[in-house]
Amino acid sequence: MRRYFSSLMLLVFAGSGMAVVAGSPAGTATIEGKVTYTGTPPKMKPIDMSKEPVCAKEHNPPELVQTVTTAAGNSLEYVVIYISKGAPEETTPPTQAVRYDQKGCMYTPHVLPMEVDQPLEIYTDDPVAHNIHPMPKLNPEWNKSQPPGTPPMQTKWDKAEFIPVKCNIHPWMHGYFVVLKTNHYAVTGEDGSFSLKGLPAGSYTVTAWQEQYGFQNQDITVGAGETKTVNFTYKVTPYIY
Amino acid sequence: MRMKTTVVAFFSGVVLLILVLAGPPCFAQIDHNIQPYTKTETSKVGRLTGHAYGVTDSGAEIYRRYCVGCHGPYGDGTGENAMWFDTTLGFSKPRDFVAGTFKCRSTPTGTLPTDDDLFNAIGRGFVTTNMPSWLALSDVQRANLVAMVKSFSPRWASEKPGTPISIPAESPATIESILHGRELFQKMECWKCHGPQGRGDGPSASTLTDDKGNPIRPYDFSTGTRFMCGETNTDLYRIFMTGLDGSPMPSFADQIKPDEAWDLVHFLRTLQIALKPPELATFMQWQQSHPGQLKPIGPEAAPGSGE
Repeated sequence: MRRYFSSLMLLVFAGSGMAVVAGSPAGTATIEGKVTYTGTPPKMKPIDMSKEPVCAKEHNPPELVQTVTTAAGNSLEYVVIYISKGAPEETTPPTQAVRYDQKGCMYTPHVLPMEVDQPLEIYTDDPVAHNIHPMPKLNPEWNKSQPPGTPPMQTKWDKAEFIPVKCNIHPWMHGYFVVLKTNHYAVTGEDGSFSLKGLPAGSYTVTAWQEQYGFQNQDITVGAGETKTVNFTYKVTPYIY
Repeated sequence: MRMKTTVVAFFSGVVLLILVLAGPPCFAQIDHNIQPYTKTETSKVGRLTGHAYGVTDSGAEIYRRYCVGCHGPYGDGTGENAMWFDTTLGFSKPRDFVAGTFKCRSTPTGTLPTDDDLFNAIGRGFVTTNMPSWLALSDVQRANLVAMVKSFSPRWASEKPGTPISIPAESPATIESILHGRELFQKMECWKCHGPQGRGDGPSASTLTDDKGNPIRPYDFSTGTRFMCGETNTDLYRIFMTGLDGSPMPSFADQIKPDEAWDLVHFLRTLQIALKPPELATFMQWQQSHPGQLKPIGPEAAPGSGE
């Protein structure tokens, strides 16, 4: 189940990656790489959904907490990679909405990057009610109920921010809206790999963000048509403080 | 001797006259208005002064005298008393005014409250927390405190308060209304936190935390205590339609239609057994004449479970 779930997520990411490629002119550069860890990663606990039996029976074996999601080859999943410096700031927000799903009392994807003012649609497939409670500091905080069978919730964020989102009814449901000023972003898949396509030639600062271990920056210069590799390594600790 | 007494009497008379004419501020304008403030929709603050700084009775002065102990000098809710608020006993921590997130609003979730919302909240106090009612302060003083509270968060500089939600006239609390409200209570899964009998003991109740990660309890209807944001049916309507921002209580404005919301209000009243409200009498009467017709509320009636 878990493997299937992850490959589904990869597909979703691939899809969003392609959307970026579509509008880019020929002769653009690509930055790609892999995010790995050194050290002993924390052992993530299985999520106890016994308080919501409908959801619990959808996950067998139970899903693990996704705060630090690792896989074979020391790869780190759900790391957001984006251009923090060098790319021209987007003036017009994209009209294409990004989609956030609630399925089996889990957020899919766990980390959802988007642009400032980009439409965000929050879907629910569950037969139980959720409340969507994003907890931003810069943007206004809100908290809305979404009972089963209701149409997707339409919203957007007007300031760049890393926003934790939770459901109070199901305290294990935890995710992030990552609101960025650039359209050059990616989230690492299960193998920890990412690729930022369609970049004009130039010098950039590439930033990686992991919800537990924070930010890392690397500077890189790419020429037209070039593909360069930028790898990130996080030092992990066996305990989460 | 006699002459002296007359002179003294004359001068004290003059002094008294001056005092009365000048109107010492300590005797003037103590307005103990014990109306339920949430009933008034017309702005009170606008007609009062609302000074944060610089005048007699300014918000800053009053804040430093009465509020700083809990809300702190920076308004971030970390005053020296804040550490003694035991959230595990159900006492919320003092509000962080810097975040600009407020529970009791007449405005939709995610928006800033109106000045009147803050004014009413200061006068009302927050039942079940350590925030008392500040009706002992004058209206002007409370209006000045509103200006002070608003000075802490940058949100007030860049955002306007939301538009208060419109509330239709209350429908009669008939048994049909109560029963429909009961269906909504099940459908919206209010019982997940508030419990099937509204006792605040739903399956998710023990796991709830507020924005700052402190434990928080859902309202227990059976006790019949005042609600967080007032005591009238309109207050109750407003609470679940706007949500209590910063707490786990979400807004149901997108899910419950305005006329249906009154049905939910009427049902919620029947849960306040300690108050013996008229809605409860109507509901009990119906139950006696229709034995065994009431569907259960809670997990056994939830879709998908047990089937």
